[in-house]
Amino acid sequence: MTIEKSPETRPEAAADRAGIGRHVPNSGSAAAAEIERARSAMLDDSRPRSRARIGADALCDALVAQGVDTIFGYPGGVILPLYDIWEAHPDLRHVLVRHEQGAAHAADGYARASGKVGVCLGTSGPGATNLVTGIATAQLDSIPMVAITGNVPGALIGKDAFQEIDITGITLPMTKHNFLVRNADDIPRVIAEAFHIARTGRPGPVHVDITKDALTSETEAVSPATIDLPGFGKEVRVDAAALIEAADAIEHAQRPVILAGHGILLGDAVDELMAFAEKTRIPIAWTLLGIGAVDERHPLAYGYMGMHGWKHVNRAIQSADLLIALGMRFDDRVTGKVSTYAPNARIIHVDIDPSEIGKNVAVEVGIVGDVKWVIPALTTAARRRTDEERAGYFAELAEMRAASETVSWHGSGAWKDGLLSADYVITRLGELTGHEASYVADVGQHQMWLARYGGFRRPNSHLSSGGLGTMGYSLPAAMGAALGNPEVETWAVCGDGGLQMVTQELMTVVADRIPVKIALLDNKKLGMIRQWQEIIYSGNYHSSTLPGPDWAKLCEAYGVPCFRARTPDEVDPAIRAAQAVDGPAMVWFETAETQNVFPMMPAGKGLSDLIETWGEGAEER
Amino acid sequence: MAATNDPATAMERSVPGTGERERHTIVAIVYDRPGVLNRVASLTRARNFNIESLTVGQTERSGISRMTITLNGDAFAVEQMTRQLQRLVDVVTVVSLPREGTIRHELVLIKVSAPAAHRAEVLKAAELYKAALVDLGDDTVVVEYAGTQQDVDSLIGILAGFGIREMVRTGAVAMSRGSAIVEIDDILRSGIVPAVPPSA
Ligand SMILES: Cc1ncc(C[n+]2csc(CCOP(=O)(O)OP(=O)(O)O)c2C)c(N)n1
Repeated sequence: MTIEKSPETRPEAAADRAGIGRHVPNSGSAAAAEIERARSAMLDDSRPRSRARIGADALCDALVAQGVDTIFGYPGGVILPLYDIWEAHPDLRHVLVRHEQGAAHAADGYARASGKVGVCLGTSGPGATNLVTGIATAQLDSIPMVAITGNVPGALIGKDAFQEIDITGITLPMTKHNFLVRNADDIPRVIAEAFHIARTGRPGPVHVDITKDALTSETEAVSPATIDLPGFGKEVRVDAAALIEAADAIEHAQRPVILAGHGILLGDAVDELMAFAEKTRIPIAWTLLGIGAVDERHPLAYGYMGMHGWKHVNRAIQSADLLIALGMRFDDRVTGKVSTYAPNARIIHVDIDPSEIGKNVAVEVGIVGDVKWVIPALTTAARRRTDEERAGYFAELAEMRAASETVSWHGSGAWKDGLLSADYVITRLGELTGHEASYVADVGQHQMWLARYGGFRRPNSHLSSGGLGTMGYSLPAAMGAALGNPEVETWAVCGDGGLQMVTQELMTVVADRIPVKIALLDNKKLGMIRQWQEIIYSGNYHSSTLPGPDWAKLCEAYGVPCFRARTPDEVDPAIRAAQAVDGPAMVWFETAETQNVFPMMPAGKGLSDLIETWGEGAEER
Repeated sequence: MAATNDPATAMERSVPGTGERERHTIVAIVYDRPGVLNRVASLTRARNFNIESLTVGQTERSGISRMTITLNGDAFAVEQMTRQLQRLVDVVTVVSLPREGTIRHELVLIKVSAPAAHRAEVLKAAELYKAALVDLGDDTVVVEYAGTQQDVDSLIGILAGFGIREMVRTGAVAMSRGSAIVEIDDILRSGIVPAVPPSA
């Protein structure tokens, strides 16, 4: 190598002279110097205590401007500059989770319970990848969320720097949109755009990845008054011809059924839906995520549809001559085999997302638009009907319902093995909480029992990971729900499998005094897996028995009061005791080990092929 | 009342799409931002669309690029792809160009084996197609040609007889004939909204 001769005072030159710079690729160039600066900035976090406004401040200000009050997060190297200035932004509460997946689910639960955009935060690399499952959960269920991650300094991007991963490459196909911000001045604009995108039209998660140097650079940038996103979220003009066609179909239908989906809740169209149903006297069925769109006590509320839905509801759909699908997307758990789905029905499909019309099921009338104003247009166009006009239809519906609304506990609350019947537990939980709490399901059999027996009355009182079916959702999402809607009790309803995926968040609810109640339905199995193995895989039970901890001792270790119920007479006192605790508490229900959720539509079959019993007969389900 | 769930009268509900594959041309006007090609490519793969080619290039406006996507599928696939593309924030607008009245051209470079013995024939074939000769090597020539897919196919067919050593096709770019254009002025003007909704 050549050593510079001329007297130089630049430190790089000195380093070169000493032979140190020889390892710097392209040494001496401006780019190389910048990379070296970034590398030392990665390690040097000192800053003067009296300081200028930096990108991290701009981020906090931008979040506050969007009405954010709570962020679920976890610190790490590149995001530390934000934590370093957090004290200057007391309006932003930080909830320190125990795993970033919990942060994402909590932001999701916060959004579902409050109707606002949820926010989660993680560091680069593993912090960011830990958020991914929670972001995907939000994507599949159209939940408005902004996920923020730090990234390595811009000059180090692409160098496999410590904890660098191409996280925007990872989140690209599973977010509504994502951003990589490399410049502090861009932060307020990007945050405003991210929130706008997350909540506009069909909601969804937006990921904002911010480099460490963008967080630490000085900036005066403030939140913009307006944003300009041409081509995004244009209001679609409703096709008048389609509306007329829909009104005509409604007029002539003899056996119409409304299918209410998540869009009714996301689009805040609960009242509009009810006005439409009441005027036209059309019964309402709902999807898993449509639960709560109608008060289940209403005479036109017919029930929960799909794979584990009520038999009468699926029968009504199969024999309908018109389906009016409002803000739902004909998921395979709803339709089963499409070729045998509702074979006599014409379908009117209303959705805000044009790509949903005709995506899974070919429909006769597609209307692209917001349910908030398409439903009133349909109501106006439709003729007022009376129950007398529908007497024959209603009598038949009532008969089908009477034949299918059965429970398995035969009065005692115990299943045939003497342990608690899960549907009994759910029924009592609903009743003792007055059906007014937020109920957050995990994934598995208990999720289906909750959907069937919870008895929902209030919009957004039922939270469930429907699209992705993410085990481990319940407890962290319940933390978010409890903070998003503190007016009501929040119950995490989980299986022993799902809770073991996120047990560490028990510490979060204790440390942050989040008053989540946990209903653990412990069947010592991966129940839904065991059920499939029994029915579909010839009883080949592999890896579905799941030893769990002594939950009482575990709760004690975390400082969570735990009430155990093994027999039906212990159920009510245990629920009441948990309710009486001022703060988090758990009820440990020891439920039947081999109870199945029926009916069940086997995979690959249609809605008319429901399995209703198994083994020793109907009496003992 | 008569129950209508009689299997004899029940129709089979159709799964969307006819399955009749045809070549369609979709034009997406996009922002020239980092990652936009990645977004479109990722969507194509994730949504299981069968594309033949995708080209991207500058337009008459700075900051705006134009993608031409050749899709193999039925009308339903075209509609789905159009709608899915439209969901991308970086996409300004998407149109599907009709088969009639659309110019669809692609460029091809072909390095053909042309030893002295039959070089004259190669040159003659190229001339017949009005293809440009852009390089003369010792025993190869490079032919450049732009035209419709069929013309490119048939030129390739002819030159294949002499031995094609290397070839690259760009995939089609497309534009409507006459005065019809992909109109985006209104869209570009319409994007401004308050940064915070009144209720926040
Ligand atoms: C993260 C994740 N892994 C695996 C699955 C597949 N899965 C669906 S239900 C289920 C069993 C759930 O068991 P448990 O939590 O005990 O609830 P139960 O079905 O017994 O009520 C499994 C493993 C899933 N949905 N999510």
